[in-house]
Amino acid sequence: MTTAAQRQVLDQGDIARSLTRIAHEIVERAKGADDVVLLGIPTRGAHLARRLHRKLAEITGRELPVGTLDITMYRDDLRLKPARALEHTEIPADGIDGKLVVLVDDVLFSGRTIRAALDALADHGRPRAVQLAVLVDRGHRELPIRADYVGKNLPTSLRESVKVKLDETDGVDAVLLGESEGSAK
Amino acid sequence: MKRHLISTADLTREDALLILDTAEQMAQVSARSVKKLPTLRGRTIVNLFFEDSTRTRTSFEVAEKRLSADVINFSAKGSSVSKGESLKDTALTLQAMGADAVVIRHGASGAPKLLADSDWLHGSVVNAGDGTHEHPTQALLDAFTMRRHLNPGVGHDLAGRRVTIVGDVLHSRVARSNVHLLHTLGAEVTLVAPPTLMPFGVETWPCQTSYDLDAALNKADAVMMLRVQRERMNAAFFPTQREYTRRYGLDARRLALMPEHALVMHPGPMVRGMEIESDIADSARAVIVEQVANGVSVRMAVLYLLLGGSEPAITTSSSEETGK
Amino acid sequence: MSTTNHLIRNARILGGEPQDIRITEGVIAEIGANLEARDGEQEIAADGLIALPGLVDLHTHLREPGREDAETVLTGTKAAAKGGFTAVHAMANTFPVADTAGVVEQVWRLGRESGYCDVQPIGAVTVGLEGKQLAELGAMADSAAQVRVFSDDGKCVDDAVIMRRALEYVKAFGGVVAQHAQEPRLTEGAQMNEGVVSGELGLAGWPAVAEESIIARDVLLAAHVGSRLHVCHLSTAGSVEIIRWAKSKGWDVTAEVTPHHLLLTDELVRSYDAVYKVNPPLRTEADVLALREALADGTIDIVATDHAPHPAEDKQCEWAAAAMGMVGLETALSVVQSAMVDTGLMGWAEVAERMSAKPAAISGVPGHGRPVSVGEPANLVLFDDQYRGAVNPDSFATRSRNTPYRGMALPGRVVATFLRGEAKVLDGELV
Repeated sequence: MTTAAQRQVLDQGDIARSLTRIAHEIVERAKGADDVVLLGIPTRGAHLARRLHRKLAEITGRELPVGTLDITMYRDDLRLKPARALEHTEIPADGIDGKLVVLVDDVLFSGRTIRAALDALADHGRPRAVQLAVLVDRGHRELPIRADYVGKNLPTSLRESVKVKLDETDGVDAVLLGESEGSAK
Repeated sequence: MKRHLISTADLTREDALLILDTAEQMAQVSARSVKKLPTLRGRTIVNLFFEDSTRTRTSFEVAEKRLSADVINFSAKGSSVSKGESLKDTALTLQAMGADAVVIRHGASGAPKLLADSDWLHGSVVNAGDGTHEHPTQALLDAFTMRRHLNPGVGHDLAGRRVTIVGDVLHSRVARSNVHLLHTLGAEVTLVAPPTLMPFGVETWPCQTSYDLDAALNKADAVMMLRVQRERMNAAFFPTQREYTRRYGLDARRLALMPEHALVMHPGPMVRGMEIESDIADSARAVIVEQVANGVSVRMAVLYLLLGGSEPAITTSSSEETGK
Repeated sequence: MSTTNHLIRNARILGGEPQDIRITEGVIAEIGANLEARDGEQEIAADGLIALPGLVDLHTHLREPGREDAETVLTGTKAAAKGGFTAVHAMANTFPVADTAGVVEQVWRLGRESGYCDVQPIGAVTVGLEGKQLAELGAMADSAAQVRVFSDDGKCVDDAVIMRRALEYVKAFGGVVAQHAQEPRLTEGAQMNEGVVSGELGLAGWPAVAEESIIARDVLLAAHVGSRLHVCHLSTAGSVEIIRWAKSKGWDVTAEVTPHHLLLTDELVRSYDAVYKVNPPLRTEADVLALREALADGTIDIVATDHAPHPAEDKQCEWAAAAMGMVGLETALSVVQSAMVDTGLMGWAEVAERMSAKPAAISGVPGHGRPVSVGEPANLVLFDDQYRGAVNPDSFATRSRNTPYRGMALPGRVVATFLRGEAKVLDGELV
């Protein structure tokens, strides 16, 4: 995929504003976010969860529990690729039982990742409720799954690919839209 | 990674670290209330044990069940090596049953490799100990245990750590596997044994050797005691049990020679009073029970990396985008 | 026996200039250039082929009686003929053991009936190969089989007193004891050469000293009692040194080496493929080079195949459970070409000496090992040393397939074998 074929749809400021808005929505809908636990789905969801955690600390003045949830071993497409390296799962010390878990991911697409995350969560405990926050919702769901907090709804065609770049991993904050590698063939 | 795990010599540094790092994640699963992953659902793993080994078989079985694999315990105990073609026939039977992997323990060195190289079965072969050759998952759990204590952290190796392995090296599959793996991970290994129990050609191995245990203790970060079977005495490998224990057993005096942080390890089963004093085996310095627990995590990691995808994990590629 | 008379055209006797060889009534009648064909003669174009005297194998396991699933005298002699042999010596470790006149006569008779090559039985030294009590060596010598070579091969005559007595006793009828040199206590449970590879593979080692110590003892014993000694399948550089020393003393000692010990090393065992399991075991590169040198300089007198057929189930199993031995009759000459001739260590005249004349002389088998010259029995092999091809065990005549050379590119091919003028192999196929 060449950079020329990519179009930037969100820049650094857009991403920051989206996250701020999502943080406020969480506080609002969770009525002060007293029992919220943020769980990011590695890798970029985990970075977004930590950013949300900082914003929520600014808003509420409290440190909410934050962790990561690797969903690799719950994927439904494991056998389509060679065995994958695992990411780190870190459940906050107080656990998730009875809590409001907000799953955080970068892009919501087919919904299969979130399906896997829900299965993984169930093996870690029984939250009061589970909500989903994503930076970009690009549509094309294959499962009955929706996001509770969306940074940007981005209508796409299946021929396109959405790439989220974050400073922590990519050295820059941006969301790019381009031709997908698969459709070029 | 290769499709089979026969020898630790087949593992690159990258492979070995991937296994240890994966085992760290697996260890978390064993710590939670639901100790189960759906990952190997629908995969059939056969534990083919030609030798009694409740410890190793149980460890594999727990690992397999935690990954939701279908487990078949095919105990071939009593079918002696002298039955000739039985291994081939057994393999053909397992293939017909659709085994995705065979975990094999065999008294004959080389049996797992024979199985892996044959066209008798197509699944992955995991060596759970073959004769006096290798026991790779034991070495991996030993390295995992050492890393946790001596250089904790994902991606870390054992560079510069000194490991002393003591006892019947000649007949030890654990020692062979550990020498390869620890060397790959950057550790400096010293083998200590009476000359009679040192393998021929050991000078070509990537390690040091010594006949003097006391001299090999003061800089050790870990000391691994190997089981010494009393029967060896009858073959004149050493004069008496008493003399063996005096020269090569780990007792309080020798423990005091070791650095404060140094670990005492044993692959088990121990012969208390022979190669290791009972008090030391039970002391805080000993990580012997921890080794057992880590065995499950490491075996889960190995099975996941071999069977958890369309093919074994590829260690050279970086993490790819998942096409969201 | 009515035999076809042959006129072989342009064969290079011992690798020399092309000549014609006329075979009449089983005897070499004429050798020369452009011989005139006579009525009733079958002409055989041998352009470029090397003519050697029929090969003589002093060490063959034909397995019959007892293990006909591995080999029979018929299949073994067919294999021998395809390999260019006109006489083989059948080892005594059959079931029952060839330790009586009855068994050796049976084997001898089966050989006569097969007709593909002469079979000279070897008698056991001790009853049941057990090393305890001398077998009736004299009765075997006096039997129709006329046994002159005695061996417990597969087992070592390790008792020094029994060995001494055997060496002495066979002098009465011009016999020779062929020793399988393997100190039993040093090789209990041994699986492969003791060395770097055995240490890594965790296979019980078979030290060179187990062979060398027996050879050292036996050459001293033979010298002491003034007997002939033949040492089977030398496999170590140390064994070579001992034989060289014994010969320098003028003692009546001969030694053999197998083709596989001239070509293969213990590195092959890393595959744990039991096709490489053999007794004595494959050794190191240094041993291989020492054996080649010794064969070239005559310290080792002969090449003997130690052809040891085993059924598939005895090889397709765990290394420790597998049987020891390799088939070798049909690849022997090619392996010798590869190891000795193509390396420049020996010429074809030396090959004829080490694979025909000398083994025949050691055993005294009549009519074999004679030079390719007028008036001699027409035991001949025509060999195409230019041929190149991969070894295909499916084409073997032996009943077993346990060859370590499967798929290996080996030079040369036996084109024709004549036993007393009768073609047993033509165009590489049995007649």
